[in-house]
Order: sequence, then structure tokens, then C-alpha cells
Amino acid sequence: MTARVVTDPDAAVADIGSGATVLIGGFGVAGQPVELIEALVRNGAEALTVASNNAGNGDEGLAALVGQKRVRRIVCSFPRQSDSWCFDERYRAGDIELDLVPQGNLAERIRAGGAGIGGFFTPVGYGTQLAEGKETRIIDGVGHVLEEPIKADFALIKADTADEAGNLTFRKTARNFGPIMATAAHHTIVQVREVVPIGAMDPEVVVTPGIHVSTIVPTEATQR
Amino acid sequence: MNDQVLSKEQIAERVAKDIPRGAFVNLGIGQPTKVSNYLGADSDIVLHTENGMLGMGAEAHGDDIDPDLINAGKIPVTELPGAAYFHHADSFAMMRGGHLDTCVLGAYQVSANGDLANWHTGEPDAIPAVGGAMDLAIGAKETLVMMSLQTKDGRCKLVGECTYPVTGVGCVSRIYTERAVFVIEKDGVAVRDLFGTTMTELESIVGVPLRDATSERVA
Repeated sequence: MTARVVTDPDAAVADIGSGATVLIGGFGVAGQPVELIEALVRNGAEALTVASNNAGNGDEGLAALVGQKRVRRIVCSFPRQSDSWCFDERYRAGDIELDLVPQGNLAERIRAGGAGIGGFFTPVGYGTQLAEGKETRIIDGVGHVLEEPIKADFALIKADTADEAGNLTFRKTARNFGPIMATAAHHTIVQVREVVPIGAMDPEVVVTPGIHVSTIVPTEATQR
Repeated sequence: MNDQVLSKEQIAERVAKDIPRGAFVNLGIGQPTKVSNYLGADSDIVLHTENGMLGMGAEAHGDDIDPDLINAGKIPVTELPGAAYFHHADSFAMMRGGHLDTCVLGAYQVSANGDLANWHTGEPDAIPAVGGAMDLAIGAKETLVMMSLQTKDGRCKLVGECTYPVTGVGCVSRIYTERAVFVIEKDGVAVRDLFGTTMTELESIVGVPLRDATSERVA
């Protein structure tokens, strides 16, 4: 099966409706699917649940979604930054629910979601505020916390190259959350620098197999 | 023994001296990053950055800046020969799975039994953010803290019990400060090195019992 190649980011995200759960890739600017997020801002969907490492910077992209009160709940490891004023304001006003998750637990919860794992016990966070109310267990003498999987309706990620089968390669630290988010969503929409024909990508270099990819959006702006 | 208390640079140098050759190391954001300046080129130490890389090189400048190549502090860095990239779940599995030898973190407070507080002031209006702090504190084989011994208003940061929300329980093994290196032992805190400070002076600053281990040579 081939993935759908769509050149218009707005068309690629058109199916994301109000109330959807959306994973958004990127760590800082590296791996951030900027054009797809901007298209989601234009799309108008509300009451979204978003999982992303950060909660938006400045006034654009995810920050704009948050600032426009369109994110009901955010699952995130590091919302506070020097330029996270959109989130800060909404959080202090009580307009947004925050599920603060240690970064590795966030990654593993997404991985579990994509791998059909019903949750896992991790030592990270044990004995801290972030484990309050969660089931715990002592394993090999070490306290562990039960963390639940994260699954989503959509994932918006950025890769380097895609072939028309949806196979993806990534570039340097821009890989970050992309490969795991691709597995945990019903529909994974990927913006890429380049799309190549089937057969043009060495199967040995594929990081994310096309089975996890629904829609590919080649974007000019992702070219370095 | 040094005659003077250490500068921040000297604390970083002191931490670097204790990291064994060939170790896999994660340096936290901020002061701990300075430790990399004192890891000799022949140390064979490999730096890990939790956003998905082993073999991280120095900060990138000018034409070497690549927006796809950043460290956990989101600062552009370079890659060294032998570097590897991986996704976030692999990166934290590597850490949590006990494959990383050492991490160096900053702290608001460390308790006498090695509890670490470095993620949240707990103030009602503060926006919480944790990032990889909890994963690092628990995941590495040993967690070293480098910090000033006291806050700006003179309160000691090595405490009987943390008053800030904790990052991890019993996870710190050593604390490097401008006045002393502390080792968290099973039954208390030992002082391994003193810098421009006598044991008596240190005891007047630190409100927990201290064992003088300055004459013991550590292998």
C-alpha cells in the first residue's frame, strides 16, 4: 500500500476535527513539523488534546493553538520556557489541563501506545509529586510507578526523506519523537524534505516503515 | 587541599577529574555543561544527549550550526566521529536501563540520604516543567550533583530533608560544591575534599552530621 502524497498542508490536516488527540513531534525546532502545525492552526479544530515535549514558543505554531484556547489538555514534559507566555497565561487562567510527564516516561508511554502495551512500571518519578495517585510496585527492591500508554487519532511529525510507500528516514537529532509518534496514531501525517519513488530508498536505512505512515507532505520550507 | 573555595569553573574541573576514562556521560543543562571543557581529548569519554545522540561534540558556531543537530538545552552542537542518533524512547531506555555510567546535574537541594530536588520550586504561581531531570536522576548508574553549597540568601542546600518537591529518591551519590566534595553513604554524609574551608567551618554551614573522610584515599 502506498501512502497518500499531499502537497497542500491544509488538505493534509483537513480531517483533524474538534476533540481529536494529536501527537506533535519535535524537540525545540529540530523535528518540529512547522508547516503542519500552522495548517492545524488554520484548520479551526477545537478542544484538542495534544501530546508534545513542549507547549509552544513565541506566538506561532503550537503556541498559537494554545493561545486561542483550542487545546483543552496538553501532555508534555517541559511547558515552561522563556518564551512560553501563551501557555503560561492559559495555565494560570485555568483554561488548559496539564499532564506533566517526565520526558522519558512521555516517550515510553507513546512507544507503549504504538506497541500495544497496556502500561509499564518505571522507577522514574517514584516518590515524587508526578507519581501521586498512580499505582506503585516494588520490583527488585526498587519503587516503580505504573504509567499508561498514549494513543492518538493523529500524529504530526517531520522526517527527512519519504518514499512513496511511506518509509521514512530522519536527520540527526531531528529524529527525536518522530518514529515513536508515528506508531501511536491512527493517522500519521509527515512533512518531509523530499519524496522519492518506491525502490529509490535503501530498505536498510528505513527508520520508520511505511505501515505507520498515512500521509506525506513534501514541504519546501523543510529544505535546509 | 586547595587554600581557596572553588570557582564554578574549578568545580566543573573537579567533577571532570572523577569521571573515569571511557565512561558514557550525560551532562545536565547549565553549569554541568561546563564539565565538558575539562574532559581531556584522550579521556575516551562519550557524551550522551537525551534528545537522541551519543558522541556529541562541542557547541557549534558559524557555518557549523545545523538546526537538526542540537543538545538537550536546544543549543546547536557538533558530532564526533563514531556518533550515533536514535529516537527518544531508545535514548531514555538507554538511560533507564543502566547503560549510562554517569550523569551530572544541578540542584536546588540534596538531602543527606541522596534525595534530589531540582525541577520545581513548588511556589503556587510557578509553571512546572520537568523535562528529562527525573529520568536522568534515576536512570544513570551514578548521579553526581554540582551546586553552590548555599543559596544566595545563605541557606544550605545540603539538607536533612528536601523542602522542595523531589526529582528522585536516594539517587545522588556525590555532591560537588565550592567548599567541599560530599559523598552520600548508606549511613550518612562523608566529606571527601575541602576547599578553603575547615571541617569546623563546614559543620557550621551544613545542618546535617558530617563524617570527615578527607584523609581517606579513594581508589
